[in-house]
Amino acid sequence: MAEMQLLLPLISISSFALLAVLSDAFTRKTKEITYYVSLIGLIVTSITAIYAMALPANTSALTNPLDSISKGMVVFGGYTYFFDILFCLSAFMTILASRDYLTKAYTEYKEYYSLILFSVSGMMMIAHAGNLVMIFIGIETMSIPFYILTGFIRNRYRSVESALKYFLLGSFATGFLLYGMAMIYGATGTTDLALIPLKFKELTFNPTYLSIGIGLIIIGLSFKVAAFPFHQWAPDVYEGAPTVITGFMSTAGKAAALVGFIIIARALVPNVYFAAYSSRTAQSVQLVIAIISAATMLIGNISALVQKNIKRMLAYSSIAHAGYLLMGIVANNQHGLNGILFYSAAYLFMQIGAFIIISVLENAKADNLDLDNYKGLYKTHPYLAAMLAMFMFSLAGIPPMGGFFGKYYLFAAAIESGFVWLTIVAVISSIISVYFYIGLVLNMYFKENDGEEFPDVKGAYIISLLIATVGILVIGIYPSILMDIITGLW
Amino acid sequence: MIIDFIIFGILGTLAIASALVTISTRHPIVSAMSLVLHFFMLAGIYLTLQAQFIAVLQILVYAGAIMVLVIFVIMLLNLSKEEHHTIKVIPVKAMAILFSIGFALELVTIFLTNKPTQNSLSPNALQNGTAEAISKAFFTSYLVPFEAIGLLLLAAIIGAVILAKRRINQ
Repeated sequence: MAEMQLLLPLISISSFALLAVLSDAFTRKTKEITYYVSLIGLIVTSITAIYAMALPANTSALTNPLDSISKGMVVFGGYTYFFDILFCLSAFMTILASRDYLTKAYTEYKEYYSLILFSVSGMMMIAHAGNLVMIFIGIETMSIPFYILTGFIRNRYRSVESALKYFLLGSFATGFLLYGMAMIYGATGTTDLALIPLKFKELTFNPTYLSIGIGLIIIGLSFKVAAFPFHQWAPDVYEGAPTVITGFMSTAGKAAALVGFIIIARALVPNVYFAAYSSRTAQSVQLVIAIISAATMLIGNISALVQKNIKRMLAYSSIAHAGYLLMGIVANNQHGLNGILFYSAAYLFMQIGAFIIISVLENAKADNLDLDNYKGLYKTHPYLAAMLAMFMFSLAGIPPMGGFFGKYYLFAAAIESGFVWLTIVAVISSIISVYFYIGLVLNMYFKENDGEEFPDVKGAYIISLLIATVGILVIGIYPSILMDIITGLW
Repeated sequence: MIIDFIIFGILGTLAIASALVTISTRHPIVSAMSLVLHFFMLAGIYLTLQAQFIAVLQILVYAGAIMVLVIFVIMLLNLSKEEHHTIKVIPVKAMAILFSIGFALELVTIFLTNKPTQNSLSPNALQNGTAEAISKAFFTSYLVPFEAIGLLLLAAIIGAVILAKRRINQ
């Protein structure tokens, strides 16, 4: 069965998520098994994704989706598996670093690992979605574990507060998303993303309801990627959540929401059909997303300038990075999409890496998270300081780190589609961001330690950090390796 | 046609009114009961659309099971009378209200000036609303989303268990 082979990654991650829950139920004393089951599950899923990617049939759609088991609900193709691998990799790095962190906060429950697997399966559903229904279920399957993981450390006041905040605002945003999907269904009579462009072609749709639907969907998805003006929740949630989870949410979660954006943009903003109406809508939608993107970058970076807390600073900077990623959707061309894939990969390594280092240095009470606490870090923790400095350079977009080429591809794509002003805004906001990224590096290397003590930790997190470091350097020094893979995906 | 419109008007007005009571009243039980009324009105709207099965489910699951749970929780929590807050109009709130009113007016004009795609129910509506047709759709064309929802609900249940679990290790 060709289709079953293509479905393997989804089947594998869901079965391992269930297996993790079951292994939890049948082993009372030990916490080890769930941990290892989830790690093995992520490795197996990545392997199946690579296998499915290598199948000859993967790029061409199934000959007749309606004859298949999945009935066109699920799509296959290079980019979907690329994101599968990214999500698995980020979850893998997060889980490796989580154990010591959770033990430090006295909250290692076994459900933690299965929840991460559930959210990864949600992200993979979004990446494979061929239908608005699947996008919606995927976003929910991703978000609900996030709400829970945010409040996972229940004896920390901030953690619980941010979980409630995230849950309420997140459900509200989901309402917008769902209402938008209903409007699109009302306007076109179908939720199948492959059929919606056909309706545009045949001009059998209702333009008003379509515009309202697109608007509401943009609101819902902007919330999920934390784009301006729906970014207000992000700093609080990212600060309150357990640090390892913040890294996971702000990379994989953001990438997954962006895939949703890509899929919907590809179906609903068809430049290909030159019907006067839809090209006008396409342009206005493009402009709206461009404005959101520009404002997101500027607001994110300017707010990050004044932050004292390192998690909050990285939270604002992650808002800014969502702005950069949205440029790829604004560009609405092949290079833009390639840029998003490339930057998601680079961003994943640097952001998760940075958050893992912060989680390692965090003490049990989580009160040494100010930028001033990082003074003179290079003396006590030379390797961690060096890696953190590298991640900061990469986030700032300084060559030869991976972040530089990611930004380069996105900026080039935006220029190609005529959005020069957006690129200028992006460059200016990148320059602003250098100030606070380098500020942290200065704190670590050129200021004296004023008696700050960091917990001494050893553990599996080193593997995650090595993956992140190697990832950034390889992407940064040989960007063509990754770019060639990405170009071959579509 | 005209009867349809009148029925829809009554159901819709009552649904909106009961929803407003739900969010504006201070008494939690009154709020819950008006939510029940709201669910019944929604079920009525589903019936006018020939979706009998959904209407029955709406009453059984939402107005029945879920609301019983909600009312039990309210009674167990033994809520005391809520303090009265005076609503202060701060500039941000005033801006928000202005924008909302503007947006609402915009929506109303759009809906009034544009005709819906389909003016009438499809001739097969009666067949599509039965339990048989819905389960057929669930297990054929919507099989994958159906399975996916299973995962979603499991994740939510596990989350609820974790968040409600007694603190250990401390």
